[in-house]
Amino acid sequence: MKGVSLILVCFAALVGVSVLSLGVGRYPVSPGDILSWLVTGGSADQNLPVVLLGIRLPRLVAAIAAGGALSLSGAAYQGLFRNPMVSPDILGVSSGSGFGAALGILFSLPVAAVQAMSLAGGITAVLAAVLVSRAIGRSSDSVLVLVLSGIVISSLFGALLSLLKYIADPLDKLPAITYWLMGSFADIRTGELGTAVAMVLAGAIPLLLVSWRLNVLSFGEEEARSLGLHTGRMRLAVILCATLVTASMISICGIIGWVGLVVPHISRFLAGANHRRLMPVSFLVGAAFMVAVDTVARSAASVEIPVGIITAVLGAPFFIWIMKRSSVRAW
Amino acid sequence: MVKAREQSIAIRKAGLGYNGKAILDDVDLQIAPGEIICLLGQNGAGKTTLFRTMLGFIAPLRGSVSLAGREVSRLSPKEIARIVSYVPQSYAMPFAYSVTDVVLFGRSAHLGLFASPGSRDRRVAAECLDLLEIAHLASRPFNELSGGERQMVVIARALAQEARFMILDEPASNLDYGNQVRVIRKIRELAGCEIGILMATHHPDHAFMAASRVAVLSGGRLSHDGTPEAMLTPETLRHLYGVEVQVFDTPQNGHASRRVCAPVVE
Repeated sequence: MKGVSLILVCFAALVGVSVLSLGVGRYPVSPGDILSWLVTGGSADQNLPVVLLGIRLPRLVAAIAAGGALSLSGAAYQGLFRNPMVSPDILGVSSGSGFGAALGILFSLPVAAVQAMSLAGGITAVLAAVLVSRAIGRSSDSVLVLVLSGIVISSLFGALLSLLKYIADPLDKLPAITYWLMGSFADIRTGELGTAVAMVLAGAIPLLLVSWRLNVLSFGEEEARSLGLHTGRMRLAVILCATLVTASMISICGIIGWVGLVVPHISRFLAGANHRRLMPVSFLVGAAFMVAVDTVARSAASVEIPVGIITAVLGAPFFIWIMKRSSVRAW
Repeated sequence: MVKAREQSIAIRKAGLGYNGKAILDDVDLQIAPGEIICLLGQNGAGKTTLFRTMLGFIAPLRGSVSLAGREVSRLSPKEIARIVSYVPQSYAMPFAYSVTDVVLFGRSAHLGLFASPGSRDRRVAAECLDLLEIAHLASRPFNELSGGERQMVVIARALAQEARFMILDEPASNLDYGNQVRVIRKIRELAGCEIGILMATHHPDHAFMAASRVAVLSGGRLSHDGTPEAMLTPETLRHLYGVEVQVFDTPQNGHASRRVCAPVVE
């Protein structure tokens, strides 16, 4: 079972990266101390449980959930839209979430309300794109209509977001909005994290369960239908799950680009094109990648670097490499 | 007669089209298991509309289109896929699925929503690859195959649906000469396995090679439906394609005599 062993290797890699990440920081803890604390439950160092449980573990869980969520929905969207250049925000979830959060920040709402507005904004944007594409009608290429609707809605919410930034107080609100849009795990708190993780699971589990059918969907509307799939329902279900997964993580950690685009490619390289293997591998690789990037973000410099900046700096050259490789062979 | 209808695809006095506008009208067509019907007609004559209706993508505007005795508009995609399979024109895939995976996708209609193929499905897929003599391709990436190999794989995928009928959209059109003949031979073999076949083609010779009957689409009508020899005369071919074509029988020289077309070019 090549597939299962690959998934186990990826899982082991995630665990390894996580243990290392827990140890790295302003208050270094050796992996040995972490393991002995995990096994015995006690530690000579009084601060160790506080640092690990109170500070680093929530952040670790958020990075795992966000990296996994973005990569999983990226892989699902690339299959759904039959296009390996698609990222999870193709239908406008990021700009919708950004707009919702900015609106919340502008009205000085509490953090939880900003997050709720971000979630609502992201889901609204995607639903708007789906409704617009339905209204345009049953064209023979409904996937194309959907993508174009997503681009329109995305740029509309982008413009509204610019408007909010324009009218925001430049000393106080504007920096908050800008910082939110960069994406960070610095302000993760356990309460909201629990809700977001629950929503990620609620979307990710169905996506993993239908992963085999995503293969069939990637053959396009009519072909998938002739193979016996209820393509309309199936596509809507995948979009809703992927949106829930993405929007719930964006709402607590801001917009983190590139991960959902690039990680599915690395995973396809490891696992092959079959979504049955690709989807779980994408989740695990994305999670490990995000943990590693966040560890760098919080420990490389004396001030924390927003994680979205690092993913973009890493993602852009990688994407160029993908394009070069794609001229040689298929995905 | 009732039984025959229950086992066949039957189109009765149907108007087919989009948004209330009929592209084809008064269509009558019946396909029984084991038959090969070749569908000829110019581009835009309504071939795609006919296929889309038979596959349940669009509903007939009037009349009846029934698959195995049940109206197509009342069948779910899954039920339709178990009755009739579809081989689209050759195309490129964005992802590098293996040939085995592609053939296994043909099993979708036999699987539950959350299921993936089991050992029985793998056995069926392997049998389909064997039948089409492409078992050696099983682990190759689909994208890296030649046009002829891809066409065979997609036919194997359709076969894996275990449907009684197969619709093929110009299965030989983009292939080189040898692969055209190979594909036509395989289609004849499939009909020998009691699969009813509707095949669109631009080559009247394909009809002479394989068809038990010929149906011609032109002017919004489906005029049919006779033997290739009765339907494809120099007159009808001139009418259909606007060129002079000679039609004659090959001599008996060890192989059975067969009718062929020879277009006049000078």
